[in-house]
Amino acid sequence: MLTYISIIITAIFINNIVLSQFLGVCPFLGVSKKISSALGMGAAVTFVITLATVVAWLLQYYVLNPLGLQFLQTIVFILVIAFLVQMLEIVLKKIAPPLYQALGVFLPLITTNCAVLGVAILVIQKGFDLMEAVTYGFSTSLGFTLALWIFAGIREHLDMTESPKAMRGTPLALICAGLLAMAFMGFSGIKIG
Amino acid sequence: MKYWKIIYNGIVPGNPVFVLLLGMCATLGTTSTALNGLMMGLATAAVLICSNGVVSAIKDFVPDKVRIPAYIVVIASFVTVLQLLINAYMPGLNATLGIFIPLIVVNCILLGRAEAFAGKHGVVESLCDGLGCGVGFTLALTLLGSVRELLGTGSLFGISIYPEDYGMLLFVLAPGAFIALGYLIAIVNKIRKA
Repeated sequence: MLTYISIIITAIFINNIVLSQFLGVCPFLGVSKKISSALGMGAAVTFVITLATVVAWLLQYYVLNPLGLQFLQTIVFILVIAFLVQMLEIVLKKIAPPLYQALGVFLPLITTNCAVLGVAILVIQKGFDLMEAVTYGFSTSLGFTLALWIFAGIREHLDMTESPKAMRGTPLALICAGLLAMAFMGFSGIKIG
Repeated sequence: MKYWKIIYNGIVPGNPVFVLLLGMCATLGTTSTALNGLMMGLATAAVLICSNGVVSAIKDFVPDKVRIPAYIVVIASFVTVLQLLINAYMPGLNATLGIFIPLIVVNCILLGRAEAFAGKHGVVESLCDGLGCGVGFTLALTLLGSVRELLGTGSLFGISIYPEDYGMLLFVLAPGAFIALGYLIAIVNKIRKA
């Protein structure tokens, strides 16, 4: 049990995927202008990362390793993720139109979100078993959503501030992200187990 | 002359990092020192030149509907080749850049250039575009890496400039990456507007 709690706390706070590992920075900067769209993106990413982690883990241990094809890992994983996102889009459109309406715009963006491929590869590198991999994938994406949510809240206020012309937009957003990352560094003292 | 223009366009007016804001993950994640930034830039540039060339060579044979998956496979193949080469000849580099080498696949610059340039132009032009953007990306990463290394540890490419005790460790850590890049982009904005 302690292993799982440790994985969850580490993935959400201590090694936050965006603020300390720099994965998924593009959507973090791109889709963080409004809280509502940030939460939508977070939900879509959580869905895809968790699913992609399971599929990637199964493929690695039941197909690539027995056949000795480990070097194909990158190609196979990126194709699986692209395929999953496409399937998810089609399935959601048919089964849950309201959910599709909410997540639809974000789904095509997720294929090139490096957090998805990153988590799939990290799970294999860390040698997790299937349960640990699912826990890690899910809590990492929760960490992503949390960071995105806080950041969107900050940016909504930033829009109303008076700032030098050259700093407006991305530069100011990056500096705020830096300050947020500094706040998250405070968690690095936590030790579990 | 025409080719020079394409190369130049990737380095200054259309710099992938400072102007187009593409490939942020690798930019932030691998620039803790100038050397790491330079190496990551060169690795990405190598893949970019190869993938641009191949994409523009196959563009007439690939049906329009499946072009994006086809481009991704081309890019992923070159990344795999690069990954194996780095593993074999530079194991130290493999340890420092770590997960960011396979993640070159999802660097938006590669797919962006394939879609926006190589899919519409001839092989030689596309190679030039790959070279220009690759050099632009490498320069940007080296610059960011230099700033962070200098402010963080007081050295540049491992050569000590001032005593390490005066360095701000923050710039080597995660928050410093965001802050340094934010200020660099602001400076570039200022220069471009002037």
